[in-house]
Amino acid sequence: MKRTFAIVLLVLLTLAAAMAALNFRDEESIDASLAPSPTTPEQIARGAYLAKAGNCMGCHTTRGGVPYAGGRGIETPFGTVYTSNLTPEPVTGIGRWAPAHFWRALHNGRSRDGHLLYPAFPYTNYTLLKREDSDAIYAYLRSLPPVVQANRAHGLRFPFNTQPALAVWRALYFTPGTSVNDAKQSPEWNRGAYLVQGLGHCNACHGSRNALGATSGALDLGGGLIPMQNWYAPSLSDPHEAGVAGWETQQIVDLLKNGVTRGASVLGPMAEVVSGSTQHLSDTDLRAMATYLKAVAPTQGERAQPALPPSETASSRGAKLYELHCVSCHGDKGEGVPGAYPALAGNRAVTMKSPANLVRIVLEGGFAPSTAGNPRPYGMPPFAMVLNNDDTTALLSFVRAAWGNQGSPVSVLEVDKYRGTAK
Amino acid sequence: MNRLSLLRWCTLASALWCAAPALAFEDSIAQRVQACTGCHGKQGRAASDGYYPRIAGKPAGYLYNQLINFRDGRRQYPLMTQFVDPLSDAYLQEIAGYFAGLDVPYPAPQPATVMPAVLARGEALVSHGDSARRIPACVQCHGQALTGVAPAIPGLLGLPRDYLVAQLGAWKTGNRRATSPDCMAEIARALSPDDVSAVSQWLGAQAIPAQTKAVAQLPAPLPKPCGGVAMEARR
Repeated sequence: MKRTFAIVLLVLLTLAAAMAALNFRDEESIDASLAPSPTTPEQIARGAYLAKAGNCMGCHTTRGGVPYAGGRGIETPFGTVYTSNLTPEPVTGIGRWAPAHFWRALHNGRSRDGHLLYPAFPYTNYTLLKREDSDAIYAYLRSLPPVVQANRAHGLRFPFNTQPALAVWRALYFTPGTSVNDAKQSPEWNRGAYLVQGLGHCNACHGSRNALGATSGALDLGGGLIPMQNWYAPSLSDPHEAGVAGWETQQIVDLLKNGVTRGASVLGPMAEVVSGSTQHLSDTDLRAMATYLKAVAPTQGERAQPALPPSETASSRGAKLYELHCVSCHGDKGEGVPGAYPALAGNRAVTMKSPANLVRIVLEGGFAPSTAGNPRPYGMPPFAMVLNNDDTTALLSFVRAAWGNQGSPVSVLEVDKYRGTAK
Repeated sequence: MNRLSLLRWCTLASALWCAAPALAFEDSIAQRVQACTGCHGKQGRAASDGYYPRIAGKPAGYLYNQLINFRDGRRQYPLMTQFVDPLSDAYLQEIAGYFAGLDVPYPAPQPATVMPAVLARGEALVSHGDSARRIPACVQCHGQALTGVAPAIPGLLGLPRDYLVAQLGAWKTGNRRATSPDCMAEIARALSPDDVSAVSQWLGAQAIPAQTKAVAQLPAPLPKPCGGVAMEARR
């Protein structure tokens, strides 16, 4: 009996030690001095630029709130995580943080007081940053006006609201990293990899997540349904979704810079990304990202089943609805109007396997973002008040199979699922 | 093709033509904002029997303030919020100016559905307010003819009754807000639910005057400071 107890205790202690070791590995001792080296205006400007590349403000600002003062709720399947105040206010912000604390948050996912941070803050990506870039972002944040705004406690369910649960998660799914430097690839590719895998945290949406919310790694861009938002971030490796291996580099640059390019435009969460982040990046960096994305090894995702010819009634109902609501802009051959109304014939956003985005765009409408290259975007009207689930199903099934499109029919269940998620 | 089938073909073709009058494409602000007219009606003239408010002819500063209020969380309607989110201030201003400049026919008023005494109560509040309860009259800010005051105070006629009730209710609960000081919130909080109903019934039933444009200025200063008006004045 005593022996069993001793063995169990030993196993538990070993596990705890392993957990601690896994959680604190690759941590440097903290130099808590506030300003180890003088900051320069160039460093602050560089930090401002890098903060755009990471779209830090997008999450660390509430609707209508002071930039970087935090408080936005990020909904996750485990509850709501509230972002923190990044302004240099001493009590509620990061005024007492040293550059080393900031680096540890980005690189190791631990806060100034040592508590473990939730990976809704994508330190699983930011761990790839270089120290000098972390210091530049820190210098920029320190240059902002301090704002008194207390951080809000997370609204997570048990056990996800406990530090031990987070420690287990980190032991399983988080390894501190170092920035990529692949000697076999061009400097441009390496720069692109740094931005896409690190600051850009593209896989946070464009990759898949397991039941515990862990991504499959910064290299996986195979597409995924964004948790809680129910927009599908299409695969960047699948040529039938949003893979860009076959695109010209300039086309990719244009999409990230302007929000529109020949044959594609961004809506929904990606409009937010272009708006808050990529439109502000230099052409050199956008070309680097394009170079990296073009070189992503193509995968053949699960193809939508080639459409069985839809039943005569369904397709005529869909065709009639198309004539009534869509044809005046998208044309009777689904050809659209270049620069204004997207073509639907041969459009991957229309035919890809997940109909989530198609349902949402038709029901909710939306605008591409205003950018320097497209300051006055055209908008798609919402049809949620006009089309019921059966109409939407017939219409989308028609569009996915018309004019040579090879998409599978949409089911009423799918339409109903995505109709309910408009926020 | 015999003559009968030709006839059939022509009938079908004309039916389709009627169903979807193919607009010739032109690069115009009207085509760019079809997302707005989907709900707010052709040229933003929304009918009075629905919910969505008419936006055509409302003062540009008022419309712009509302777009910003949706973006910054002072008004709540998810579809509107996601529309304005990715758009620049300059473009929102252009959109507001476009709808403000439209002079299109108003819908017929909605016949009232309440007792005359209730309507009289509504009219009294609109025209005279209730000084005992420190409620100013609607006409003191929205103009004697209730057609609004340029550039930031909207007209109150030609709006669906349900929309009016919903807005006054939202102001009472804090769900609709304006830039501080939020004069309408203070006034709405002083109104009882019966007041809200009476005012909305009376406003919704009024005939539209011949002159529908917002007036240039009020005869007297505003009875309360209003953040939205001040913000527009600073622009």
